[in-house]
Amino acid sequence: MTDLTYSRHRRSVRRTVVDRLMRVLVILAFVIALVPLVSLVAMTIAKGLNRFDGEFFSSSMRNIVGAGGGGLHALVGTLEVTLAAAIISIPIGIMTAIYLVEYGRGRLAKSITFLIDVMTGIPSIVAGLFAFALFALFFGPGIRFGLGGAIALSLLMIPVVVRSTEEMLRIVPNSLREASYALGVPKWLTIVKVVLPTSIGGIITGVVIAIARVIGETAPLLIIAGLSTSLNYDLFHDRMTTLPVFVYTQYTNQGADAQAYIDRAWTGALVLMLLVIALNIIARVLAKVLSPKGAR
Amino acid sequence: MSATNAVVRRGDRVFSGFAYGSGIAILVVLAAVAVFLIAQSLPAVTATPSQVNQGGMSFWEYLLPLTFGTIWAAALSLIFAVPLSLGIALFISHYAPRRLAGVLGNVVDLLAAVPSVVYGLWGITVLAPSIQPIYEWMTVNLGWIPFFSGPVSGTGRTILTVAIVLAVMIIPIISALCREVFLQTPRLNEEAALALGATKWEMVRMAVLPFGRAGIVSAVMLGLGRALGETMAVAMVLSPSVIISFFLLRSENPTTIAANIALNFPEAHDIGVNILIATGLLLFIITLVINGIARLIISKRAAFSGANS
Repeated sequence: MTDLTYSRHRRSVRRTVVDRLMRVLVILAFVIALVPLVSLVAMTIAKGLNRFDGEFFSSSMRNIVGAGGGGLHALVGTLEVTLAAAIISIPIGIMTAIYLVEYGRGRLAKSITFLIDVMTGIPSIVAGLFAFALFALFFGPGIRFGLGGAIALSLLMIPVVVRSTEEMLRIVPNSLREASYALGVPKWLTIVKVVLPTSIGGIITGVVIAIARVIGETAPLLIIAGLSTSLNYDLFHDRMTTLPVFVYTQYTNQGADAQAYIDRAWTGALVLMLLVIALNIIARVLAKVLSPKGAR
Repeated sequence: MSATNAVVRRGDRVFSGFAYGSGIAILVVLAAVAVFLIAQSLPAVTATPSQVNQGGMSFWEYLLPLTFGTIWAAALSLIFAVPLSLGIALFISHYAPRRLAGVLGNVVDLLAAVPSVVYGLWGITVLAPSIQPIYEWMTVNLGWIPFFSGPVSGTGRTILTVAIVLAVMIIPIISALCREVFLQTPRLNEEAALALGATKWEMVRMAVLPFGRAGIVSAVMLGLGRALGETMAVAMVLSPSVIISFFLLRSENPTTIAANIALNFPEAHDIGVNILIATGLLLFIITLVINGIARLIISKRAAFSGANS
C-alpha cells in the first residue's frame, strides 16, 4: 500500500514537472513570437505617422527630390490595379467554384481541383514573370502597364476565391437544393436563388480576404506594372506605381535627403497596412450581416 | 446529387456553360503559364557564359547557388518558425483562456495578411541594426561553431536575419492552420485522456498532436512554400551575392531565386530576361513539388461535404 502510493507519488511529481514545463514553453513560444510581431506593428504606426499628412495623400512624386511629395499616384495605382484584378478574378473564381460543387464530375473536375491547388502555390514573382512573358510576346520586352499587373494579381487571387467559395457552397445543405427541385425550379435558378443567397456571406468574406491578400503584393507589380513618379489613371498604357512598389523603391532608391525617403516608405507601409486591416474588418462585418437569418 | 430531376432549360444551359467555361479557363491559364515560362526560358539554357551577366559562369553554374540559397534560407526560417508556431497554436487552442483565445486568433489571422514589403521594411530598418551586436557577440563567443564563424557582417543584413524575417512572416500562416487542426481534435479523445489521469501536456501529446500530425506537416509545408517564394523581404534585407556559403553571419550571403529576380529584372535586357525567367521557372517547379507533397498529405484526410452525398 505504501509502496503503491510512493511510486504513484514519485511518478506524479515527474509528470507534474513535465506538464508545468511544457505549459511554460508553450506560453514562452507565444510571447517570443509576439515580440517581432508587436514590434512590426508598433514601428509601422510610429514611423508611418511622420508623413501621414495631407500632402502624402494629395501629391505624387513627380519632380520631387528630397522632402515633400507623397503617394497619391501609388494609392491610385493600387486601387485601380486591385480593382481590375478583382473584376477579372471574382466572376471566374465564383463560377469555377459553382462548376466544381454543382456540376463538376469525373476527371475534369478532379484536374481543375488539382490545378487550383497548384495555383495556390504559385510564388507571386512567378505570376509577375508570367504576365510579363505573355505581354512581352505581343508588345515587346519593354512592356510595362497596369493591366498586366492586374492579370498577374488575378492569377494569385483566383485560387483563393475558388477555394473559399467552394467551401461555402459545400456547406449549403442538400435538402435546400432538393426542396427547390421538388418545386420544379430549374437547376440554374436553384443555384442563383437558393444556393448562392444562403452562402453569400461566406463568399463575400472570402472575396474580400482574397483582395486583402493581393493588395499588398509587390513582386509581380515591380516586374510588369513598373515604376512611375507621376499619376497615371490609365490601366492600359504606361507604367503605374502601386503602394507596395512605392514603399520598396522609396527605401531602396534613397536620394540625398535619405530620411525623407524612409519616412515616405514607412507612411506607405502604414497606409497599406490600414487598407489590409480595413478589408479584413469589412470582411468580418459582412460575414455577420449577410449570414442567412435562420442560421444564427 | 440527383441533378437529372431538375428541368433543363435554356437558362440552365447558359449558366452551366458559364460555369464550365470558367473551369476550362483555369486549365487554359495554367497551361499558358507553363508554356510561356518554358518558351521564354529556353534561350537561357543555351546561353554562352559570356551572356550570363555574372561573367564567366555558365547558366547552370549561375542556377546552382541561387537554388541553394532559396532552399537554405527557407530551411533556416523553418527552424525558428515551426516550434514557435506550434507553441502559438497550442496556446490559442488549448492553453489560453477561452475569451482571450478568440481575440488572439483574430490578431494572428490579421498578421498573416500584413504585406511582405512591410516585413521587409521592418527587417532592414529595425531588426538588422538591432540584431547586429548579437551577431558580433556570437562570432566572438560561438565562432568555434563553423556556422557562426566571422568576420561578422557590419550591417546585420545576413542570411540569418533573412531567416528570422521569413519566420516572422510564416508563423501566422503555420500557426493559424495548426490551430484549426488542433481545435478539431475530437472532444471525446481529449476527455478520455484526462479521465485516465493524464496531465494537460500528456493529453496534448496523446490526443491532440497525433490527431493533428497530418495537418501539422501540411501546414509546415505550406509555410515552406511561402518562404521559398517570398521575394520582397529577402530582396530588401539581404546583402546578396551568387555564392554557396553555409556561414550565417558574414556579409557574403547566398541569395534566393525570387530576390535575385526582383533585384535584377528592372535592369535586365535581352538574354538576361530569359535567364531570370528560367530561374523563375525553376522556383515554380520547386514550390510545386513542395505544395504537391503537402496536398497529398492533406487529401488523405477525408473532406466533409454537405453538398455531395
